[in-house]
Amino acid sequence: MNKQLLLGAEAIALGALDAGISGVYAYPGTPSTEITEYIQKNHADRIPPVRSSWSANEKTAYEAALGMSYAGKRSLVCMKHVGLNVAADAFINSAITGVNGGLVVAVADDPSMHSSQNEQDSRVYGKFAMLPVLEPSSQQDLYNAAREAFKLSESVQLPVLLRLTTRLAHSRAGVERTSAQPQNPLHALYAPERFVLIPQNARRQYNLLLGKQKDLEQLSEQSWLNRLVTGTGSTGVIAFGIAFNYTMEVRQAFALDFPVLQIGQYPLPRKQVESLFTSCDTILVAEEGYPVYEELLRGYFGGDNIRGRMDGTLPRAGELNADTIARGLGIEPKAVFTVPDIVVNRPPSLCKGCGHRDLYAALTKVMSSFAEHHVFSDIGCYTLGALEPFNAIHTCVDMGASITMAKGAADAGLRPAVAVIGDSTFTHSGMTGLLDAINDGSPLTVIIADNDTTAMTGGQQSSATGSRLLNICRGLGIEEQHLRTIIPLKSNLEENIRVLKEEIPYEGVSVVIAQRECVETAARKKRSKVSGT
Amino acid sequence: MQSNIILAGVGGQGILTIAAVIDRAALQSGLTIRQTEVHGMSQRGGAVQSHLRISDKEIYSDLIPEGAADLILSVEPLEALRYMPFLAPDGRIITSIDPFINIENYPSIEDILAELHRTNRPVLVNATELAREAGNAKTSNMVMLGAASRYIGIDEKQLEAAIGELFHGKGSAIVAVNIKAFRKGQELSQTQATET
Ligand SMILES: Cc1ncc(C[n+]2csc(CCOP(=O)(O)OP(=O)(O)O)c2C)c(N)n1
Ligand code: SF4
Repeated sequence: MNKQLLLGAEAIALGALDAGISGVYAYPGTPSTEITEYIQKNHADRIPPVRSSWSANEKTAYEAALGMSYAGKRSLVCMKHVGLNVAADAFINSAITGVNGGLVVAVADDPSMHSSQNEQDSRVYGKFAMLPVLEPSSQQDLYNAAREAFKLSESVQLPVLLRLTTRLAHSRAGVERTSAQPQNPLHALYAPERFVLIPQNARRQYNLLLGKQKDLEQLSEQSWLNRLVTGTGSTGVIAFGIAFNYTMEVRQAFALDFPVLQIGQYPLPRKQVESLFTSCDTILVAEEGYPVYEELLRGYFGGDNIRGRMDGTLPRAGELNADTIARGLGIEPKAVFTVPDIVVNRPPSLCKGCGHRDLYAALTKVMSSFAEHHVFSDIGCYTLGALEPFNAIHTCVDMGASITMAKGAADAGLRPAVAVIGDSTFTHSGMTGLLDAINDGSPLTVIIADNDTTAMTGGQQSSATGSRLLNICRGLGIEEQHLRTIIPLKSNLEENIRVLKEEIPYEGVSVVIAQRECVETAARKKRSKVSGT
Repeated sequence: MQSNIILAGVGGQGILTIAAVIDRAALQSGLTIRQTEVHGMSQRGGAVQSHLRISDKEIYSDLIPEGAADLILSVEPLEALRYMPFLAPDGRIITSIDPFINIENYPSIEDILAELHRTNRPVLVNATELAREAGNAKTSNMVMLGAASRYIGIDEKQLEAAIGELFHGKGSAIVAVNIKAFRKGQELSQTQATET
């Protein structure tokens, strides 16, 4: 048997490889990281090898993927849902220019916020950009859809958004491959009338995009990703993406026979939806994410016979599962046991021996000597410093926001203003904020926790670490005497306190770089050396 | 045949290795598999679980519904209790009794054991001790797999072969110690089964 067990994320990667991509561009982010990692580990036998190293952020990744498409080759760009906020400018405008070689944007949403700041639904972006969106419900379908998405992209000359959610991205199942396709030849396009978005071109291109909407809907009507499971009874379910799996689980477990319309390709196939509404009295709309299409359907058909997240039949927030769907259909699931009272939470925490611990030990000591001791921070392992026993940081909003929020607070008069940011987050979107602060001479201290890796997402290569970070700060204009380095070790506590005490009160921009490799990454390197690979 | 298993533990304890062995054996037995895992934040010492479903029919949901797990296989006793709502009425808990204490308010082990004893014929395993006897304390996850092997629904020989294949790249000594650990778990669970 030719099946291999793949995570949903890996199934996309293999599908894209077999579709003949020439490059993948991405910035890591749970639950999308494994798409790119799979390609990094499995691209060498492709001819020519597929370009796959990490980008500085999602916007640079997206634009590079668009450039590869411009040159006529197929490219894949991957990110987590909040990454699409960063890449949104490029994403929305690429719908206006359109593409040459196939361009697929794989975005992994994280409903229930297992590893994220929010549970935004990328289908909203797809609708906003007026692009085709694919949302398969199984690993095999992800593989097939990823392959076909490139063909679709080339035939409609638009980027295609491939949406998946945490459970599918991080669940394994058997996947069968079909034969690989060769890469496109280089065939760059002189089409300034499409790619130079000055108003007269942009208006024409936008009208072209509007004109394509009918065709896109027609493609959805015919798509294998949209299919009706016939049944009987007066209640029907429209199940989007992975909600189809949960719905079918309930149907099987309770031996029910209601009709299910599976939606895996957008824009919505209006005729199929209308026909279900004609044959059923009540429709349950099951969407993994925001009630994006429930709202739309309530607009079309009125709300009287529609059930879903908006009327409380399904929970408004969080991911769905077979139990929430069962309850939504009026069936009480079979659970008999409850969690015993003695069970307490076990939140994640910084590893033993992690340098971030020693950084926070020094920082909290220094900050406790000030009346106001706000620390603006960012996203990464060091965010765990917000929890017990450190309670060392007081903000974490979006990547890069530590420096800029500290700047704004400093501009408002807050003293001291301190930012803590990781190396990867700094190169992702901290550098420009630091430039703002330097240009304004805002009194703030930026601590860069340089652990030589992108640790939170599993230890990916970070864009700039060590001496390159120092040089970036110099280049941005930090004064040499206020660019300091420390080594966050227990034995250096006193020394580190001294350096921070000197820099934090400084009435200008200072940068302290805490340099020590992540112990997990170091251990991983050692293991791979020992096993000789 | 359908088997729903919740694997439970703390980030870094190696439940995904257990999953990888079962997956491999199930694939070779021609069964359908769905197996979720946790990546990201929780892997840093937080509670982690994997839903593992194997069947000779189509499996729809990647997640096991409430009240539908045949087994909770846990490498940590407190973590075994966290997923009780998933346990089927006649489902069984198989867990290591070695606590992993990285939180201040960890309950007393006596209370945890009392709760475990209230469940349906639990298999309680001194996994670290058995792993040490096998020759390497780090193989306690294979001890746990051994203890569960008679209840998984896959030929136990097939599971053992899958361990061999999975660790093949790490040399024959590593394979041997993991298989030894697996057998230690198997023996213990056999003794417990014949006693009751
Ligand atoms: C826009 C965006 N992209 C990606 C992520 C996912 N993400 C969170 S933290 C992180 C890495 C942080 O690395 P670094 O700043 O070096 O800190 P470390 O984890 O190494 O301490 C990533 C990629 C995100 N939250 N937001
Ligand atoms: S993975 Fe690395 S950076 Fe993250 S907590 Fe562990 S040691 Fe620290």
